[in-house]
Amino acid sequence: MALTLLPLTFLFPLAGCLILALGYRHLGERASAAVGYTSVGLAALVTVFIVIDFMFGDQTPQRLTLWTWVAVDHFRPTIGLMLDGLAITMLGVITGVGFLIHLFAAWYMRGEEGITRFFAYMNLFVFSMVLLVLGDNLLLLFLGWEGVGLCSYLLIGYYYEHTENGMAAFKAFVVTRIGDIFLAIGLFLLFTELGTLDIATILDKAPALWQKGNPVVEAAALLLLGGALGKSAQLPLHTWLADAMAGPTPVSALIHAATMVTAGVYLIARMHGLYDLAPTAQYIVGLIGALTLLIAGFAALAQTDIKRILAYSTMSQIGYMFLALGVGAYSAAIFHLMIHAFFKALLFLSAGAVIISCHHEQEMARLGGLWRKLPLAYAGFVIGGAALAALPLVTAGFYSKDEILWEAFAAKQSGLLAAGLVGALLTSFYTLRLIVGTFHGEPGSDKARHADPGKGIQHGLPLIVLMVLSTFIGAGITPPLSDVLPAGPGEATESGHTALELMASATAMGGVLIAGWLFLFRRAWLGRVVARGPGAWLWHLWHNAWGFDALFDRLLVRPYKVLVRWLRGDLIDALFMILAALVRVCNAVLVRTQTGRLRTYATSMVLGAALVLLALAMGY
Amino acid sequence: MNGIPMEHGLALAAVLFALGLAGLMFRRNMVFVLMSLEVMLNAAGLAFIVAGTAWGQPEGQAMFLLVITLAAAEASVALALLIQLYHRFKTLDTDKASGMRG
Amino acid sequence: MELAFYLGGLVAVIATLGVITGTNAVHSLLNLIVSLIAVAIVFFALGAPFAGALEIIVYAGAIMVLFVFVVMILNLGQGAVEQERLWLQARTWILPAILSLVLLGTLLVTLSAGDGGRMISGDMLTAKAVGRTLFGPWLLVVELAAMLLLAGLVTASHVGRLPRDRRDDKKGGN
Repeated sequence: MALTLLPLTFLFPLAGCLILALGYRHLGERASAAVGYTSVGLAALVTVFIVIDFMFGDQTPQRLTLWTWVAVDHFRPTIGLMLDGLAITMLGVITGVGFLIHLFAAWYMRGEEGITRFFAYMNLFVFSMVLLVLGDNLLLLFLGWEGVGLCSYLLIGYYYEHTENGMAAFKAFVVTRIGDIFLAIGLFLLFTELGTLDIATILDKAPALWQKGNPVVEAAALLLLGGALGKSAQLPLHTWLADAMAGPTPVSALIHAATMVTAGVYLIARMHGLYDLAPTAQYIVGLIGALTLLIAGFAALAQTDIKRILAYSTMSQIGYMFLALGVGAYSAAIFHLMIHAFFKALLFLSAGAVIISCHHEQEMARLGGLWRKLPLAYAGFVIGGAALAALPLVTAGFYSKDEILWEAFAAKQSGLLAAGLVGALLTSFYTLRLIVGTFHGEPGSDKARHADPGKGIQHGLPLIVLMVLSTFIGAGITPPLSDVLPAGPGEATESGHTALELMASATAMGGVLIAGWLFLFRRAWLGRVVARGPGAWLWHLWHNAWGFDALFDRLLVRPYKVLVRWLRGDLIDALFMILAALVRVCNAVLVRTQTGRLRTYATSMVLGAALVLLALAMGY
Repeated sequence: MNGIPMEHGLALAAVLFALGLAGLMFRRNMVFVLMSLEVMLNAAGLAFIVAGTAWGQPEGQAMFLLVITLAAAEASVALALLIQLYHRFKTLDTDKASGMRG
Repeated sequence: MELAFYLGGLVAVIATLGVITGTNAVHSLLNLIVSLIAVAIVFFALGAPFAGALEIIVYAGAIMVLFVFVVMILNLGQGAVEQERLWLQARTWILPAILSLVLLGTLLVTLSAGDGGRMISGDMLTAKAVGRTLFGPWLLVVELAAMLLLAGLVTASHVGRLPRDRRDDKKGGN
């Protein structure tokens, strides 16, 4: 019964998108927003119904084949849906958090140009994302994958009047495209090896076909990882996410924090069978996660734009998820994905509230002293920030992050564990810096001084619901993953868990305390440190996110441009240009003989005649 | 009297033709160019007559008639052009009419 | 007979030299007429009286009169003579002269190498014989000549027309 309703979860957003797209000229601002959030809200309602049905049912994976996409010989990809614990978790996050963000966007986008277009793209995004997580075969997943990439591009470039926004959208599209090519090649490889793209069949067949560590399965796993790296903004394809903040803040919340960027995590969790067979690839997943979480953590320390801080924080948190995937703790990764969606959406929406209240100001230096004026946003930041920094017991982030660290510890990956702990310290630092810089101290500009708090249910409801979900209440939601994903290494034993929990808590608390002391009472001293010497150098390095953009510019963009410049003057063309030049030279010579003088013409004619006659006479 | 060797007649025609040709090439005044042209046509006619009389056939003179017709037509058209040239450029210098220069 | 041929030939060559080297257009024209009459004498000497008569009547008479008229219309003065003298410098005529000499030499060498020995007796080929040829087998040629003259007439009357005033000039016809 519930299964037949499943298509509605993506058909509602699609219908919303079509209504908005076709009724572009006839829909007003309120109507557009209403269509936008109602469609996602209906999808969320259907999801609630499905979740209840699933939880009280036998929780076995169910499949629904709508129709066969194409039928070529034995290649028959279907428009088929698969409902299991993993899909239902993702579905809940996408439609639930998505609905809250749509609702908030109705407040945020008030008075913006082209609001209908905005909601059409947002609905299309939800449609694609739902398709991505529900697809029972990799082809359908890839369709959703590209769909969300497209929507991401469109929404980053939403304020297209400014060239830099267009360039940011461009960058996001091109960089993720690199990952997508890896993913596509990975799909080709899987298809040639296994003859199918059906996920369940692949996971069934793979262990029978390949030994553990087989190069083919390693290659396939690495290629899928390439796709995940692009989409999830992990090293080295992470450079696009910070620029992607050019889009409206609800877009950053929905696409670039809660859902799309975690698609890579979903992909790897979904294909976990392959990674179990490919230990090297799996180790690389963990390594990249650890590196990204550190690099992004340091970069977040030195940002001045509140959205960019959150962007680097997102990268860092997804790094945690990759770390978990890398040690085989898929459930922990998905659990953190869900919790992260709650608190990062909360943080972004609160940031959006601050930005709108302060008349589109998002530079931290020009904010400050807002906590009295914007209590709701302040509460959102404090609760979301606490979850982000994983303050023990009361926050949801503590439970999910602690589980990841515990799995890393249990897998005896001490390097990854150390990275996770250092990352936790960094997280506390930048979170506190963000909150103190935005809400405490003196207002940095008139815009901050004259902040008007947001009002209304569209503004308040999403924030409050997400606040609740970011506390330990959210951590109470246990995703039904045990049937889908294998148990992590930490489930067999409990020894040392408490010690690690204490250690992680101490790290987080210590970080918060030290950072609080530094940012609240030693601010001037900090300012002096970063102003000169090694402090300034580090600030510059981290502010530019370790110079990856410049590196890629030197390494890839410029050589590519040089190559293009070369090829623009086509080399083979040049060969023919020689011929043309020869003709031109001959032409120039012959033009000189055209003096326009009758005498010259007559003389040359006679000369020719004389030569011919002479030749004839000689031969005679 | 033995008569005249045909070669002498043809040689005379050749000399006249060469003189006309030289004049055609080095004169700049169009009147002189046209006169040189007449000399050349006349030389060609002479060659026809020489050949015709050498073979005792009237065709040579018939052909001369044709040459003279041609000369008349050519002279009338060319002189009309000459008048146009003088009218447009106020000179008879053929080098001035160099609109065909490349 | 031979004497008439050789004398006529000599006069024709000298007069033609005068034509191509002259500086005064009218003098050159007179030289040309002399040259034409000398050629007519050569025709008579060769035994082609019809052609000789035509040469004098049509060539020296009609065509040359046309030239004279034109030269009179243009009314070239002393300046034109000076101009001609200026143009007739060695470097102007040396190359054409050499070329012509080369051609002449080639022609003469070819002539002398041919199967010579044919003599022209100077027997008359009268107008009657020419008329029989022309209006017998060559009738088509006569028609062609007529067409040519007609075309020449039309062309000359069209090209030679001068614009009456500026308005006509603007039309650009002529």
